[in-house]
Amino acid sequence: MAAVVRQVRFTNKAFWRNPASAFFTFVFPLLFLVIFTTLLGNDDVEVQAGQTIKTSTYYVFGMGAFGLISACYTNIAISVLFAREEGVLKRLRGTPLPARTYLSARVLHAMLVGFLLVAITVVFGALVYNASIPTGVDLGLFLLTLLVGAACFAAIGLAVTGIVPNADAGPPIVNAIILPLLFLSGVFIPLGTDAPAWVLWVGRVFPVKHLVDAMRASYLGLPFHWSDIAVLGIWAVAAVIVASRTFRWEPGR
Amino acid sequence: MDRVIEIEGLRKTYGDLAAVDGIDLHVDRGEVFALLGPNGAGKTTTTEILEGYRERTGGSVRVLGHDPAKREHALKQRIGIVLQSTGVDPFLTVRETVEMYGGYYPDPRPTAEVIDVVGLGEKIDERVRRLSGGQQRRLDVAIALAGDPELLFLDEPTTGFDPSARRNAWQMVKSLVALGKTVWLTTHFMDEAQYLADRVAVIAKGSIVAEGPPASLAGRDQMRTTIRFRPPAGAPAVPDWGQTPAGGGAFSLPADDVTRTIHDMTGWALDHGLTFDVLEVMQPSLEDVYLELTGGGQGEE
Repeated sequence: MAAVVRQVRFTNKAFWRNPASAFFTFVFPLLFLVIFTTLLGNDDVEVQAGQTIKTSTYYVFGMGAFGLISACYTNIAISVLFAREEGVLKRLRGTPLPARTYLSARVLHAMLVGFLLVAITVVFGALVYNASIPTGVDLGLFLLTLLVGAACFAAIGLAVTGIVPNADAGPPIVNAIILPLLFLSGVFIPLGTDAPAWVLWVGRVFPVKHLVDAMRASYLGLPFHWSDIAVLGIWAVAAVIVASRTFRWEPGR
Repeated sequence: MDRVIEIEGLRKTYGDLAAVDGIDLHVDRGEVFALLGPNGAGKTTTTEILEGYRERTGGSVRVLGHDPAKREHALKQRIGIVLQSTGVDPFLTVRETVEMYGGYYPDPRPTAEVIDVVGLGEKIDERVRRLSGGQQRRLDVAIALAGDPELLFLDEPTTGFDPSARRNAWQMVKSLVALGKTVWLTTHFMDEAQYLADRVAVIAKGSIVAEGPPASLAGRDQMRTTIRFRPPAGAPAVPDWGQTPAGGGAFSLPADDVTRTIHDMTGWALDHGLTFDVLEVMQPSLEDVYLELTGGGQGEE
């Protein structure tokens, strides 16, 4: 455990000094929060039958989830792909550092960055955009959602590195997987009630919408669906299985 | 003698191609051993089998008493690896990088000391991305030294270096020997092997074609010295010292007793009041031996 914490420290140093990772992972979600809330923040949006919230509140959770996903999924996938391409992984493999320590540290660091982003998004939304201050918040459920969601997307990020041949193909493939899902899950634009059935199915099958829904429900004290957590959990387990079978220490040819 | 590396009948095949075709080698403690050969001869394949990166097809390999294919923690703690091309995080400093890698080992060397050994003392707080190629290579060695290993693998440590950077790198390897390390080195430079290694094995097309100290490799010390000379135009016919014409009026003369032969030749020249246009005494170089052994340095990658 001490070794993991130590590795997290070094990962963290390198993360903040890298302008690309700090910007795309950290500043992007906050930038999107400002843009979407400014453009669309004054309407109301129906999130569950008969339940409307302000759009600015809606975006706090959308962008919070987006932040968690970019910190865990996108950041892990791309940084591991680059480390593999540059031979960092191969070098590590020749040292006594256990693989699980390195990977745990990467995942733990990504989760911490993700939590920080969610916290900033929530505070920022409340202060600047007057997003609803939650009442009846179930902090336990909210934290559980963040934990399972972060683990799920981190595992998917690791699994994706197994199917991407090299670092050049990394950003396009990694983004091609997540961007359509973010749109189809209503992260950027509320889906409304008349969305096509296939879009609703995408939301049900893939984990993004479940993460947003569970975050919002637990935070605002709306009815919480354990099925959201279950779907995230199933994706997490599946991704861990895929990652452990396909993970490579050296770039593909 | 304490055997640090023992290789018997090592084979590695890719399909029908034998990259390493049954080699036997050993390295003793405290030795600098160089595996010399052209590109594609099997140097890196052999080295990566010893390091545990690749699995062998046949034969037996022991590194510090372990089978490297098992990738045991206990072995990894005792070796340091400099691969041909491996990266480090560009956003950490030299100090942080060495400190991080040192922390993976039970008994690391002090960070500043390791950085001094490779001559990066002045760059200790520089970020890795600002180092030159040669400095990054030194950092590779520093990282390999961080855990205070008994055995160091250096896979073509100076490829791509300019001559002065190579000289510096050589000094660095010499300083590793002073630390009591055993060094396994691969190179395709004869002068590098000659300067650094206690013992050299030449590999060509997956087989060892010669092995021994650089001075006597492949009977180099037994090979006859050759004298090459050219009398001036219009000189009388030279006596028969055993020479054969070598074109352009020059002759080549294999000599067993160089001192006496030179004496005869210069005596004859002075008697006739002339001087040779060309008079050279040629010792077979390691390069000659190497080119002979490896078929002119031809190899396929």
